[in-house]
Amino acid sequence: MSDNASGSAMAERGLKDADQTVASFEEPEHGLIRRTQGFLHRFPTSIPFIVLLIGIVIFSFAAPGKFLAPFNFSLILQQVTIIAILGVAQTLVILTAGIDLSVGVIMILASVVMGRTAVVYGVPVEIAFPLGLLAGFACGLVNGLIVTKLRLPPFIVTLGTWSIFGALNVWYSKSETIRQADMQEAAPFLQWTGTILRPYNFFASLGLDWSFLKGWVLNYGSIVMLVVAAIIWYVLNRTAFGRHVYATGDDPDAARLSGINTDRTLIAVYALAGFICAIAAWVLIGRIGGVSPQAGQTANLDSITAVVIGGTSLFGGRGSIVGTLVGALIVGVFRNGLALSGLELLWQDFAVGVLIIVAVTIDQWIRKISA
Amino acid sequence: MLKKLMLAGSLLALTAAPVMAEEVIGLITKTETNPFFVKMREGAQQKAQELGVKLITAAGKYDGDNDGQVAAIENLIAAGAKGFAIVPSDSKAIVPTIQKARDAGLKVIVLDTPLDPMNAADATFATDNRKAGMLIGEWAKGTLGDKAKDARIVFLDLATNQPTVDFLRDQGFMQGFGIDVKDPNKYGDEDDPRICTHEISQGDQEKGRTAMENALQKCPDVNVVYTINEPAAAGAWEALKAVGKDDGSVLLVSIDGGCPGVKNVQAGTLGATSQQYPLKMAAMALEAIHSGKIPDIDPAVGFLDTGAQLITAKPVDGVPSISVEEGLKLCWG
Repeated sequence: MSDNASGSAMAERGLKDADQTVASFEEPEHGLIRRTQGFLHRFPTSIPFIVLLIGIVIFSFAAPGKFLAPFNFSLILQQVTIIAILGVAQTLVILTAGIDLSVGVIMILASVVMGRTAVVYGVPVEIAFPLGLLAGFACGLVNGLIVTKLRLPPFIVTLGTWSIFGALNVWYSKSETIRQADMQEAAPFLQWTGTILRPYNFFASLGLDWSFLKGWVLNYGSIVMLVVAAIIWYVLNRTAFGRHVYATGDDPDAARLSGINTDRTLIAVYALAGFICAIAAWVLIGRIGGVSPQAGQTANLDSITAVVIGGTSLFGGRGSIVGTLVGALIVGVFRNGLALSGLELLWQDFAVGVLIIVAVTIDQWIRKISA
Repeated sequence: MLKKLMLAGSLLALTAAPVMAEEVIGLITKTETNPFFVKMREGAQQKAQELGVKLITAAGKYDGDNDGQVAAIENLIAAGAKGFAIVPSDSKAIVPTIQKARDAGLKVIVLDTPLDPMNAADATFATDNRKAGMLIGEWAKGTLGDKAKDARIVFLDLATNQPTVDFLRDQGFMQGFGIDVKDPNKYGDEDDPRICTHEISQGDQEKGRTAMENALQKCPDVNVVYTINEPAAAGAWEALKAVGKDDGSVLLVSIDGGCPGVKNVQAGTLGATSQQYPLKMAAMALEAIHSGKIPDIDPAVGFLDTGAQLITAKPVDGVPSISVEEGLKLCWG
């Protein structure tokens, strides 16, 4: 919050004072703690990487022989794919100092639109699939329009649309599950994301005997996740739109004064997030084989967890896609590791809760350096 | 403005109901969305039309939402309902509110999940979940034959707090399979070496897959998988398929009898499932409330068993079962 205050003051005072504010970043660093704080401030993404490493070390001792196997890491990757994609959508929104509580339900609604339209209503998948993507995009657009045009807090807006999209989901799905076998018959394309790849076999067929790849298993869903993350990373870091997203989240007044159409930026962010949720829907269908209108009840909160643990600030303007991917991996590593160590689910929840608190504490602490 | 009108309208409806002397009967389920409850509501709706009574349905916001159900009961008392059927989300916490309704002269029939104590309601119509579990346990044992004594079993249960339906089905399966259950009202205290692990699926397809993936890491030699319900079983199947264990080397059993589940039995992915009858439960409850006549209930059991039947394409001697075709006719959701 102090960033916002100093930012708008800066904008009022004009450029000649701004130099001093910037200079305060570079104050001399004393002692190990101060230096660590400075390091983390400059490389905030290093925190999730460190936590991930600590988790991997702990569990390789706690579940010897099982945790540290290539196949198990492949499994963790598959288990976090959906949350990571939703996390990418959530990161976009949180970077603008907003929040989207409806990402999980947009995903379910989109999966129902894709699956039910194709399997139950017999519409060709060439139409049903884009229709599902469109549904996700439209849901996001609605969020963005309400946030900007009615000037309501994103928390309230998406709390409302969470309920609304949930009701639409029940209405369109009739709460009916679509079976894997029916899906395979009518629309196998929707299951493509669940197709398994064995990188070793792939390279072996090219004549490369890369034995370190043995045991690794990928699915197309994970590749889709990486592609989505790469595109959004590019958009955020290499395009004007990306700079607008950060600027809008950091200080909307300053962004507007410097000529950014913040409303348009916000609408685009929410709509894009909705679209990404629909891609997550495709991956979800691949993972469970069919469509379950009951699935994903906790996906919205899980995605926020991944974003926060990944070091993105809930106050907007700070954070990264890479952090979110690592954040999702951390949750996956802890859940899988604790399960393999034989701990009950409740301790998994406990551990994830601790991770969230620690992540936000660190975020607050490293923000102090700029205050 | 619109809101005010709607509010006025609903108030009018509430106060007008007793005056118009139209008989009102309520149905309160745990959630709005679970196919089991959707089907229950359909059964009640049909019966209500047949009997010429007005059905008011309500549900909690999520499984475990006691407050939502309390409000629903209060609304039904205010609406002058003759009685209601309820699937309690919290079988203890709802008891005082049910007492209040009965004191106000409403008949209360509990469906699916018995109250604690059970006699706090006028009657309970439910699936005997322990028996449903025993059926699939006996079937799995019979199918394995001699190999049953070296089985490696994975349990995909519902939740860590072990709600009644969770331990009843799990323990029923063990009893049917011939495992010493120790405390019959709790799982996890057994020491039979055939039990490899208990994992939590939350009855969800995606979490069911994750639970099975983790179980496979612990038990690569698994050959029997018990699942709390059919969505969890469908998720488990995806995990088994991913590691090539969809070749018939693993017996997968479940409970519910929803149409997707029965079709999975037909396709051979699910070995057997115990079918329960939500439509019948709801229809019988409405009938009883409307007529004021509660059917005779065996005091030793304490509730009216609406039945559970084993559905499988490969019957086992000595374990009563019905065919997939019959199961498809009776399935729900």
